Amino acid sequence: MFRNQYDTDVTTWSPAGRLFQVEYAMEAVKQGSAAVGLRSRTHVVLAAVNKAASDLSSHQRKVFKVDDHVGVAIAGLTADGRVLSRYLRNECINHSFVYEAPLPVGRLVVRLADKAQVCTQRSWKRPYGVGLLVAGLDESGAHLYYNCPSGNYFEYQAFAIGSRSQAAKTYLERRFESFDKYSSEELIKDALFAIKETLQGEKLTSSICTVAIVGVGEPFHIIDQQAVQEMIEAIEAREEAPAEPAEPAEPAGDIQDEGNQDAAPMEI
Amino acid sequence: MGSRFNPYDNNGGTCVAIAGTDYCVVAADTRMSTGYSILTRDYSKICQLADKCVLSSSGFQADIKALQKNLAARHLLGLLSLLSINICFDATPMIDCFLILLLHARPQIYQHQHNKQMSCPAMAQLLSNTLYYKRFFPYYAFNILGGLDSEGKGCVFTYDAVGSYERVGYSAQGTGSTLVIPVLDNQLKSPSPLLLPAKDAVTPLSETEAVDLVKDVFASATERDIYTGDRVEIVIINASGIRREYIELRKD
Repeated sequence: MFRNQYDTDVTTWSPAGRLFQVEYAMEAVKQGSAAVGLRSRTHVVLAAVNKAASDLSSHQRKVFKVDDHVGVAIAGLTADGRVLSRYLRNECINHSFVYEAPLPVGRLVVRLADKAQVCTQRSWKRPYGVGLLVAGLDESGAHLYYNCPSGNYFEYQAFAIGSRSQAAKTYLERRFESFDKYSSEELIKDALFAIKETLQGEKLTSSICTVAIVGVGEPFHIIDQQAVQEMIEAIEAREEAPAEPAEPAEPAGDIQDEGNQDAAPMEI
Repeated sequence: MGSRFNPYDNNGGTCVAIAGTDYCVVAADTRMSTGYSILTRDYSKICQLADKCVLSSSGFQADIKALQKNLAARHLLGLLSLLSINICFDATPMIDCFLILLLHARPQIYQHQHNKQMSCPAMAQLLSNTLYYKRFFPYYAFNILGGLDSEGKGCVFTYDAVGSYERVGYSAQGTGSTLVIPVLDNQLKSPSPLLLPAKDAVTPLSETEAVDLVKDVFASATERDIYTGDRVEIVIINASGIRREYIELRKD
């Protein structure tokens, strides 16, 4: 995407019928760290990669609880995401107050999409620079939506947004057809796998990712770090186990470590 | 000369609460009346606002219902994010526009960690503010807030209709309160708040003794107060959680 004379204002169309500012806003989403969502018939899982700005700082919050039955994961401008989460929370609370019932997810995303659309049609505003994966459960079942800065929204079985999300999407595309029947544990495992794909070689630990789940009989909550770490280790143990017998006993540093010889790779 | 529309009604009933060293007992009868009639014998005047915080109110139940919903919504807002109070007020559709503008003028940002419940003293302040907000068209609600504070000690806060509140060792509100309070004064020997040094406002009684006292006190109030009776709902809050007991009372 290159600079051109039609991209200064969000209220300027290009001759090809594009609004460049909106498209640039979607670029901002692609720059954010990855977030994935998957759903089965009864549960929805959100997982996000939390990068800390530096070793000294805390991790960015990417997953927000909106209500007992809805949560979001964001990618892009975190500040915009925080503000929109607050808006979503307010909408849910107002609805619960008046109707004494949880706000159906489909209606929530429409309100969010309408709010985003407003910013694409005012010369004094800019589009929100954040994409939201909205995961929720209502009377019609489990839902996963993606809300774009453009004001569009789509429902998905599984989706990934943010940087290197294509790797996760490819992984999910191969497996999504069986998601409907998955249990919540399998869903979480697949979410972690998908996140792993976006890391491309970097080690997956619970300190750099956040996992949250909502489902039948389970209000939206973020799974605690300890539990996530155990799941990650379980996945990795399963990955390595079939590989072990194939490997010959490598004389790894036999000069230094006699202990290594004792710990034979046959110890599975 | 017709009478003007009266926006209030008194649905009667009595509420009592006693704070202990590590427990809190909150009780209320379940009779709802209007005039000299009974509307129902099975109405709960006790509402759980947070993990260890319970509100019991006597007075006009419609206002009380609205007050409880208001508090629950504000608690949720405080729970979920860092928020300013003006947004809390947007959650209540009944507030007039100009009042919202007034509050926009003094935002106070207070932070509650996600998933952390509000402590009882914090809820007490919130209730006081909520009540005073309607200073010129008050909630006809006489409230007692009971629960455990952040140290796990029992606490009871007693209110008037417009939000004046005080932390006490025990309290009673409602139509039977004048019959109950002298008995509690006699039994609980709580030191006067005027005495110095300020003493802890909780009773040395054990949990079972406090519950027995509450049962006795309701039985007595039922005898003489026509608006109190049917059944008493007793809620006991302690470190292991919240449990309820129901005791039958005279139905006349």
